[in-house]
Amino acid sequence: MKIAVCVKQVPDSWAEKKMGADGLLDRASVDSVLNDLDEYAVEEALKLVEAHSPTNEAGEGSGHTITLICMGPEKATEAVRKALSMGADDAIVITDPALAGSDALATSLVLAKAIKDGGFDLVICGTESTDARMSVIPAMLAERLGFAQLTFAGSLKLEGSNISIARQTEFGIEQMSAPMPAVISVVEKINEPRYPSFKGIMAAKKKTITTKSLADLGIDSQSAWSKVNDSALRPPRGAGVKIVDEGEAGKKLVEFLRERKLV
Amino acid sequence: MSNVLVLVDHIGGVVPRAVGELATFGKRIGSVTAVVCSSQSASLIPQLSSFSIDKVIVCEGVEFEKYSVGATAQALQQVVAKESPRAVLITSSARGKEIAGRLAVRCEFGLITDAIDVSAEVIATQSVFGGSTTVHSSISHGVPIVTLRSNSVDVQIGSTAPVIENLSVSYDGVDKAVVTSLEPAVKGGRPELTEASIVVSGGRGTDGNFAPVEEIADLLGAAVGASRAATDAGWYPHSNQVGQTGKTVSPQLYVACGISGAIQHRAGMQTSKTIVAINKDPDAPIFDVTDFGVVGDLFAVLPQAIGALKAD
Ligand SMILES: Cc1cc2nc3c(=O)[nH]c(=O)nc-3n(C[C@H](O)[C@H](O)[C@H](O)COP(=O)(O)OP(=O)(O)OC[C@H]3O[C@@H](n4cnc5c(N)ncnc54)[C@H](O)[C@@H]3O)c2cc1C
Ligand SMILES: Nc1ncnc2c1ncn2[C@@H]1O[C@H](COP(=O)(O)O)[C@@H](O)[C@H]1O
Repeated sequence: MKIAVCVKQVPDSWAEKKMGADGLLDRASVDSVLNDLDEYAVEEALKLVEAHSPTNEAGEGSGHTITLICMGPEKATEAVRKALSMGADDAIVITDPALAGSDALATSLVLAKAIKDGGFDLVICGTESTDARMSVIPAMLAERLGFAQLTFAGSLKLEGSNISIARQTEFGIEQMSAPMPAVISVVEKINEPRYPSFKGIMAAKKKTITTKSLADLGIDSQSAWSKVNDSALRPPRGAGVKIVDEGEAGKKLVEFLRERKLV
Repeated sequence: MSNVLVLVDHIGGVVPRAVGELATFGKRIGSVTAVVCSSQSASLIPQLSSFSIDKVIVCEGVEFEKYSVGATAQALQQVVAKESPRAVLITSSARGKEIAGRLAVRCEFGLITDAIDVSAEVIATQSVFGGSTTVHSSISHGVPIVTLRSNSVDVQIGSTAPVIENLSVSYDGVDKAVVTSLEPAVKGGRPELTEASIVVSGGRGTDGNFAPVEEIADLLGAAVGASRAATDAGWYPHSNQVGQTGKTVSPQLYVACGISGAIQHRAGMQTSKTIVAINKDPDAPIFDVTDFGVVGDLFAVLPQAIGALKAD
């Protein structure tokens, strides 16, 4: 089995994020990390391989490979290292100045081409990148690749070449199944991502990260289909009232709600 | 006059109010055509009568339930080809966004998700970075596809009966992922989380006892939410989780009880109009975003508030 795991580098969730003058997220001013929701995708890929490996381990001798695919700036390789140290085998990082400001259509086009070139059976994604928060890339990849779409998986089972998942959305839980090839996205309840071991961190230093440009993928310079016209900081919330309960706080709370005509 | 397509979502055969919101936004742009893709259209169409809808296009078929997202995107593409709309509006649910994404790829149209407003010129407003920044965006390629968060606008009531039109659609090798069974999200007597104008949520601080949270919620006509700590502990279903990996809510009033206010929780509730919190810890980060904060024990404060509300 050849598994691709799509991982993105994002600004640290705790960092203050702001817009640059160009209408794009100002990425230079914040620390970048591996999108934490993608750690669940890496973990699920590792668990799949371990369950179907003669050595019960991922990596060489398992008969399967896990390749990370990441589109982003050059320094995205730092985030990719973390996923490699969890146990993925190698990585492809697509980086090109023309990709700055890509939207979901452009991103999915680039990722789909890299996946097609690699001849993968299975693509595993997180459900959402914590910066863009669109939750559309996995569905777009399924559409572009003509792969089965098995997204928002809360559990996953592989039998032969058939995959079944429990899809968890606001509709409830849908049991779905499809033969490979498929694009899967996993919700964070599916597993508990492992911490990279010291051995894993050392091994990751020697793993191959292949950097590709748009020209390497044979894609013309890709612009976005949507654009930000303007952005403004929302006026900060007026400093709220904070009271310490001295026996009357419940009543005061109701008074506040009445004043605001909320009850 | 230009024409706007609105996709009719439904959950277990019930059309959510969010579809009425889409129609309300659509009216600003042009005449509104609702698109129903379902095997249960006969029961869905009457539910549209109170919304501002001029025409309904019905694509009847079992494919939509069997193949989930892929078939609906294909049907919509064919409706788009026939109607040449000025815009396509879809609800910002997990499923709605996936349909929008696949449609955008199929048609090569630009896509904007999670908008909270859209103007007559199809300029969308989004609230990003946890509500700290407001962005206006537009589409530079093709027909704009915009997904809109529910609870963004008051639903305008319609008066005229819409024209109903049937369209038979074809599918090329539909998505091979088949839905084998569906366990619908359990609906209690309370309003839907994303549609409620008031949400009361409980966290680890409830220690598993949601009774006071539910009692005040019912008095206020509110939906009940939960932090991930509460859903992980099994105290409340995952479908009630508010936050980055749960639902995004934007009610008139959000009441957080025993919730610390981690960034992942705030990502799902920070755009609420008024935020109230009850927490024992004066330094809990939730107080950074509250309009009215109570430092205190929820098991003392809530019962007193319930008493005061009942005293009406
Ligand atoms: C990938 C990822 C995704 C996540 N997604 C989400 C998400 O979607 N939604 C979400 O909520 N979280 C999410 N989290 C978890 C988040 O980081 C926090 O761990 C979680 O929100 C904490 O829940 P809590 O506030 O209920 O618990 P805690 O942080 O433990 O806070 C409990 C609070 O209750 C107070 N308290 C205790 N007893 C009382 C009492 N009697 N009266 C009043 N106050 C009391 C305490 O002072 C404390 O502040 C996610 C985390 C990760 C890593
Ligand atoms: N630039 C990217 N590089 C690699 N994977 C990505 C990228 N953007 C999104 N993804 C994948 O798609 C998922 C959903 O992202 P999004 O649609 O942006 O919310 C993420 O969890 C990743 O697995």
